[in-house]
Order: sequence, then structure tokens, then C-alpha cells
Amino acid sequence: MSIFSERSLWGRLDDVQHDAGYDEDHPPRMGFFTDTSVCIGCKACEVACKEWNDVPDDGYLLTGMSYDNTQALGASTWRHVAFVEKSGAGAAPAVDLGMPSFDLPGAHPHGEDQATESGDGALRWLMSSDVCKHCTHAGCLDVCPTGALFRTEFGTVVVQPDVCNGCGYCVSACPYGVIDLRKDDGRAFKCTLCYDRLKEGQTPACAQACPTESIQFGELSELRERADRRLEELHEKGVDVARLYGRDPEDGVGGDGAFFLLLDEPEVYGLPPDPVVPTRDIGSVWKHVGIAAATLFGVGVASFVGRRK
Amino acid sequence: MREQSMVPEPEFESYYGRQILKTPTWKTPDVPLYLFLGGLAGASAVLAEGAALSGRPQLERVARLAAAGGATAGTVALVHDLGRPERFLNMLRVFKPTSPLSVGSFILAPFASFAGAAAASQVTGVLPRLGRLAGVGAAAFGPPLATYTAALVANTAIPAWHEAHRELPFVFAGSGAQAAGGLAMMLVPLDQAAPARRMALVGAALELVASERITKKGLVAEPYRIGRPGRLMRFARNASVVASGATALAGGRSRVLSAVAGATYLASSVTTRFGVFEAGLASAKDPKYVVVPQKERLARKETGGAAAHTEGQPAG
Repeated sequence: MSIFSERSLWGRLDDVQHDAGYDEDHPPRMGFFTDTSVCIGCKACEVACKEWNDVPDDGYLLTGMSYDNTQALGASTWRHVAFVEKSGAGAAPAVDLGMPSFDLPGAHPHGEDQATESGDGALRWLMSSDVCKHCTHAGCLDVCPTGALFRTEFGTVVVQPDVCNGCGYCVSACPYGVIDLRKDDGRAFKCTLCYDRLKEGQTPACAQACPTESIQFGELSELRERADRRLEELHEKGVDVARLYGRDPEDGVGGDGAFFLLLDEPEVYGLPPDPVVPTRDIGSVWKHVGIAAATLFGVGVASFVGRRK
Repeated sequence: MREQSMVPEPEFESYYGRQILKTPTWKTPDVPLYLFLGGLAGASAVLAEGAALSGRPQLERVARLAAAGGATAGTVALVHDLGRPERFLNMLRVFKPTSPLSVGSFILAPFASFAGAAAASQVTGVLPRLGRLAGVGAAAFGPPLATYTAALVANTAIPAWHEAHRELPFVFAGSGAQAAGGLAMMLVPLDQAAPARRMALVGAALELVASERITKKGLVAEPYRIGRPGRLMRFARNASVVASGATALAGGRSRVLSAVAGATYLASSVTTRFGVFEAGLASAKDPKYVVVPQKERLARKETGGAAAHTEGQPAG
């Protein structure tokens, strides 16, 4: 298959490992389904990830903006729990998702939801554990000039630290702002979807530690079906705001290997609303570079034509 | 002085106003300087070969040294930018058309070798025929060297760079032509510098037209219009116009004026690269440039039904 074939750069791709050169008998594509409707913001995933992968600390800053002092994914933060406090008119009516109540026991003697329908002072928490999306069409992988980033037999995207020379191209090419350089080290790091654990048939550390099964790990095809059922269930309960993010294999990155169920617009969680892999346009980019290079050569030739002076 | 945006501030939601994309980790001045040096070196190699063919030894000498010097200094800047500079040879480990940095490494390496050999032969007088052959090689790799850097920045998720991917190669080609022509105008006697003047003039025109098309692009191009990158872009434009006026009126008559105009072209070329680079950084730091165009695209998709992807749509 040509590296420039439309399919391998963009659009739906059902066998990402085979496209990357693995034999047909590779393992199934593995991924995460993060159901944020049951996330309780405990950050067990962040801790488990740090512990298992021996990820160094990334500062102990108090942001003052929210309960979230981790702030964002980065070279030394491979799981990040976002905390969104939404109050007033912006907060959609809360529906009991079986989450723990913040009210005193018995505060609702008539057995109402923990809720906020009265309007004023209405507050809703959104919590979501973000992670590398392990895109079907991964910008970081496409642009890596050393081959340090590669597609594993599980369909995940992993950096080889012994090859990376810290050029930083992957950082600018990620439409989600996930991967980054570790400043004191110089190289790029991100979630490996616990490649070492996967090879032993184990569950990644974050999913293993999640107490509410908000982070679910498994075969991507099976996770997608599970997510569809969960979405249907929530819609039936009247939670119209629930939507899947990164589930669609036809989206701008060909679908995410790690996708989400969200309760608000993606940008509220710090996610891009409609990410597209930059390499989608690489054909157009090279075409224009080629024409520009020919133009420059032509300008050079033309400069020597005419009166000799 | 500062140009105001013509559209009202768009309303959008974000996660506590935090940026979504990572700010490019490429260092200043390493990378913008490399963009400039690649343009200077690439266009100079073409100028050198033309000078050799048309019998302009002083122009040839200056252009050959500019090609070799630009490639050497550019390589140093590029290696210095790496997080692990000792691993710079890993750039040649694979060849990937999807990575402009990979392709660029395979342009820069032969270009630097050819330009270095041609310049060394020129200076020492050793192996003149091989030196000329190397000069031809440098002239062949020169225009790709001057323009591939546009692919380098365009093939990212950074909105101000990606959405300008059709125009940036021409901005960089024109900017490189101005740099090469400008340097030769400074250092070469008037009677041999006519091609350098013409190259700079045409380069300036090319860059002005292409830059203008970028700045007209609405919200995604706002970083090119406001703040520090906006000031840099306007300075570069004005410098190009002034230098071109002086060159057209008296570039062939006054040695002093030619040198001043040449220096102005060089200043314009450097400034353009810093302006483009910093516009990219600015567009990564504000979630507005990610959220608003992507929401608009989603809205268009919904209204347009299955009229899915056309090449004109912004990526991100």
C-alpha cells in the first residue's frame, strides 16, 4: 500500500495494525472507553499511572482555578482528571447517575434526586479522566522523523525513548495537545497504554485502579458496542447531554483508540471539538511546496535573462 | 498602529480558558533563524550557478559562500534545537514522506554537502570541475531547501500555520529570494549584481502577494495581524516595499543605495520568519483559534448534511 494512499492518511481504517505493516494474525486493537458519567474525580488513575510507569513529578503548583492542580496532559502526566464546576444557567439539569450525593443524608425527605432543579445556586460537577487518544491516524506518529514513535501490534501509539532525539515535531502535530517534551530530559513522552502490561495480557494501570469502572479497557470493537449501549441507556434516562467523543471511525482522526462519553461539549473539558490529523493535507502541502520550489528556481533563471548589466 | 480585528470577539467555551494545543517546543531563535538561513542558502545556490554560467565571478563567489555558510549555520541551529542533539543522526534513520522534517533532512544533508564542496573548491581553486558539479547539485536542492520549511510548519495542528499551507511555501520562496538577492546586493559590485536585484524584486512581489492572502483568512489568521507577530509581519512588508522602491529606482546606479536596499531585504526576510513562527505560537496559546473554527466546521457539516470533507476545509 502506498504511503500516500488516501486511506492510510485519513478516513476510516478498520485494520490499523495491518496498515502499519503487521501480519493479518496480529492481536485485536485494544483501547480505553472512559465513561465520564461515573467518574468521581478520585485521581486513582493518575496515581496508578505515575506509579506503574515511573513517571516523574511535574511540579506541585496550586492553580487556584479548580480542584485540578494537575492541569493538563503532558510529558509527565499521562492521565489527567479534569474538574469542571458548572453553575447557573449553563448547568444542564442533573439526573441521578447513581453517583454519591453531596448533600447531607435525608436532605431530600421526599426521595428527590440530589439535584438542582430549583435553579439558583445550581451546581454540577463534571469530571473526566483524559488520556492520549491513540488515534487511528496519529499526527505525532506521522511526523516523527526518527521512527521513535511507532504503532504497536495492539494498534496503540508508543514512543521509543532510546530512539527519540527530542525534535519536538510530534508536539506541534498532535491535534489534542497530548504529547510533550520533558524539559530536563529533552525527549518526548506520553501514555503508552501500558504497552508492557498489554504484552503480559494485563490491564493498563489506570483502568485497573479505577474504582467506578469509568475507565474501561478492552478490545476497541467491543468497547464501542458497550459505549453505544451506555449512551442509549443514558438517553433513555433523559440525559440528553450525553454524547460519545472519539467513537466515530469516520472522524478527522479516523476514530480514537481511547474514546469518551461526555456530558457537555468537548471544549468544556479542554478537548478540541472536531480534531483533524494535520497529515490529512500532506498531499496538498507537498504539492504547494513543489510549485513554490519550481517558482523559486524559475525566478532564479529569469533573473539572469535580459540585459547584461 | 495596531490593527484591530474587524470581527467581534467570538464567544466560546473552554476549560478554564486553558490552551488546548501544546505550544510548539521549537526554540527561538533557533528555528525561525533556521527558516531564514535555509531560504538564504537555497536561493543563493541558484544565484551562484546562474552567476557561474553567465560569467559573474564576484557574484558567484558571494553566492557560493552564502549557500555554504547558510547551510552550515542552519544545520547548527537545527541540531541545537533538538532535545538530544547528540542523536541528530537519528533524523536519517528512516525516510518518511509524511514527515517534512524527515524529508527536509534528506534535502539539507545533500545540499550542505554540495554547497560546502562548491564553496571550498571556489575558495581554494582545488578540483574546479568537481566544484562546479557540486554547485549544480546545490542549485538543484536549493529551491526545495528554501520551501520545504513551509511544509515543516504547515503540517502541524497549529491553526495559523496549518490553514496557511497553500500560501506559506510561496511566502518562504519569496523570502528566500529576497535574502539571497539582498545579501548579494550588499556585497557584489553593481555591474555584476543585476540578477541579484531582479531576484530580490521578484521575491518581494511573490512574498507580498502570498502574505496578503494569508492575513485575509479571518480568525485563524488573526495572529498574523495583531500583537508582536502582527508587528513583525507589518515591519517585514514595509521593509520589502521600501527596499523594492529603492532597488527599482536606483539599485543599479548607487553602490551605497544598493547595499542599503540589500540589507533591508535581509532584515525583511529575517523578520518574516520570526513573524510566521511567533504567529504559530500565539495561535497555539489561545483556545479560541481551535474551538471557534472547529465549531463552525461542525455546524457546517450539520447543515450541509453529508457534504463531508472538501480540501478547502480547515484541519486542526
